Formats: sequence, structure tokens, C-alpha cells
Amino acid sequence: MSEFHEHIKVAIPALRRYAQALTRDAETADDIVQDTLVRALRSEHLFHGGDTRAWLYTILTNLNRNRLRSLSRRPVLAPIKDSDAATGGPEAGGRDITRALDELAEDQRSALLLVVLEGLTYREVAEIQGVPIGTVMSRLARARGQIKAYLDGERPTLRRVK
Amino acid sequence: MIDRDQIVGEDELNAYVDGELPADRRAAVEAWLAAHPDDATKVGAWRKQAELIRERYGAVADEMPPQRFSVNRLTRRSYGAVAAAAAVVAAFVAGSVLGWTVRGVEAARPSDLTLFTADALDAYRLYVVEVRHPVEVPGDQRPHLDAWLSKRVGSPLHAPELDKIGLKLVGGRLLPGPTGPTAFFMYETPSGERFTLYCGRTGDHDTALRYTTGPQNAAYYWVDGDLAYVLSGPAEQDKLHAVAQAAYDQIDRRMPPEQGG
Repeated sequence: MSEFHEHIKVAIPALRRYAQALTRDAETADDIVQDTLVRALRSEHLFHGGDTRAWLYTILTNLNRNRLRSLSRRPVLAPIKDSDAATGGPEAGGRDITRALDELAEDQRSALLLVVLEGLTYREVAEIQGVPIGTVMSRLARARGQIKAYLDGERPTLRRVK
Repeated sequence: MIDRDQIVGEDELNAYVDGELPADRRAAVEAWLAAHPDDATKVGAWRKQAELIRERYGAVADEMPPQRFSVNRLTRRSYGAVAAAAAVVAAFVAGSVLGWTVRGVEAARPSDLTLFTADALDAYRLYVVEVRHPVEVPGDQRPHLDAWLSKRVGSPLHAPELDKIGLKLVGGRLLPGPTGPTAFFMYETPSGERFTLYCGRTGDHDTALRYTTGPQNAAYYWVDGDLAYVLSGPAEQDKLHAVAQAAYDQIDRRMPPEQGG
């Protein structure tokens, strides 16, 4: 197995973790991880060194953004069972962290998860999201403020615009 | 006490929590927190959030990834896609009823393959007979056509150049599709035989070429990135396959790895 393939293989468990937190749905998450892997492997010839892991996070983040964008264009036909699974979890009904994450805008959620769950630096997240570090910091601050407000029991002040 | 230029804002508090604070600001932030209980509470809440997130999702990384993520298996599929196309085509040579040729697994909800192929063939049959208005934007305005349809479909797309295999771009139009706006390109041979490429967004995974045939027309379906493509034409499999393969190769080469935003 080439070094490139080895790096990808090693990154898979963390990619699944990030994808599950990002989508809050195990099945969707694994679909996105698979798309990410297929795309990365197909583009091996375009990858000229650098951090394989950060590159994989970039692809995954973009694919999920595309997914949400295309979802927002079509009427939601998901059965009720599915949307429960997406927002629920063991403590469904309560104000848990999963529901708090649901309330965030996608870019805020992705920034927060890359930092606190995946342990990336602000600089790495800025590269992944393709924005200046200052933007990453304000996304983090907003995400944290909103989660705190949600967990403290306030009504969300800002609904996510999908 | 703390003087004015020592004021600690949200950004520094976040950086403090995330271990991103320059070493020379650490003492100042800690002094600030000692003197500002509200901010200290806030920092405590942020740390708690991070803990909750790690508690909830951290264990996913300890699970054994599903078999389908095996890099060996995925490389076989992705690199072998073009080479395997012939084999896949053989496996998919289907019955004569259009649209019901998918393996019976997904009987409940028609797959994108079924939906796209059926719509694409309808569009093919509708427009291929048009003499005066087969397209909205003629093929000599290719940059405009690509830009317009990319914008409406919501994903960068390019009408493949098939002149080398004797197909001139007649032009294109926008159509409604199974998942939203869909691009439709028409090509023509010098003898007037027409082929169309239908292209819209899909959530499906990348696939190799899949063949569907009816009494007079046939189609190849494939997915590349977030777009599904259907190449339709007369039901002569060899010729259609050559056109589909040429389009497939060109689109596959164009596909960027989506680096950056």
C-alpha cells in the first residue's frame, strides 16, 4: 500500500467521527465519508504533498456543504422516523448537545467541531474552510454563544437559514 | 488592576480555551478571568460544551470502520471505473422496459438512476425531433451556455467537446429534473443523428457507465462528483458507448478535487 493510501486509511476513523457530529446521522455520515474517500483516491495525482488529513477534512466539509445546499432546494420528504434519528439520540426530547449542534449554521458547526472534536488549529481550520483566521474565530465565538444560550434554555435567537 | 490595553475580548477567551493563545498573553487572560467572574463562567461553559461533544461523538473513532471503506476496495472501484465500464455495462444490459431496469433492491423509492434516465429519455425524444428550436442557447455560444447552466444547476459543468468523434454541439437548454434544474446539451453528427447529454445534481455515489435500452433509444447513466449524467441516443449500443465513454472521460478529467471553498 502506498504512503498516500496509508495516510488515508489512518484518517478514516477520525473522518467518521467528524462526519457523524457534522450530520448528526450515522448513515448520512458514512455516505459522506465514502464519497470523500472515493474523491480523494481518484484525485491522488492532483495531491502534491502536504497534510493528507487536512485535505480529507476539506473534501468532507465541502461535500457536506454541497449536500445541505442541494437539500435546501428540494422539498423535505424524509419520513418522520428519519428526522427523529437526525436530531434525537438517546436523550431525544431534551436539550442535549446534539440538538444544540442542530441549531448552528453549518460553517459555525464545522469550525467548532474541527477545533474541539478533531483538535485542529485555527490556521488549519481557516485553510479547510477557505477563510481568514479571524472568520474562524468569529464562527467559534458565535457557535459557543449559541450553544450556551440553547443549553441554558433560551429560545434560539437566530434560526438557521438553510 | 488591569489597565486598558489589557482588556480581554471574546477572541482571546476562545483562543485561551482552545490553547491558541500566545504564551505572553496567558497570564493576562488568567488575571482577567480571576477578576471577571462572568467571563470565567462563560469559559467554563465553553469547556463543558467541548466535553459534551467529545463524550457524544468521540467513541465513533474507536469503532471499526465498515468494510466498504477498505482503501483497496475503493481504489479498485475508482481507478478501475473506466476499465470496468465494459464489464459493468454487460451486467446492466437490461430488459426492454425503460426505467425499471435497476436491481430490485430499491423497489420502494425509484433511484436517481431510474428517475434521471427516464426524464433524460423523455427530453431526448421530445427535442431530438425539433428542427427549428432544438435548443435555447446555440453551441457557438459555448462559454455563455456553460456559465448559465452551471449557475442554474448549481454546480460547475461544461458541455464536453466531442468534435473528435464527429459530434458538433448544437446547443443546450435548461429543463426541470428529478432533483431540480437540469442541463441538457444536444450534439449532432454530420448526417444529422442526434445525441443528448442530460445532467443534474444527485446525492448518489460515483458510478461507472450504466446502460439502459428501449425499443428505439438507449442511454448511459453515470455519476461524477455531485452530478448525474445521462447520455441518450439511438439504440445502437456500440456507437452510444463510444460517445458516452468520450463524454465520461472528459468530465472525469475536468473534475477538481474541491480543494478550498
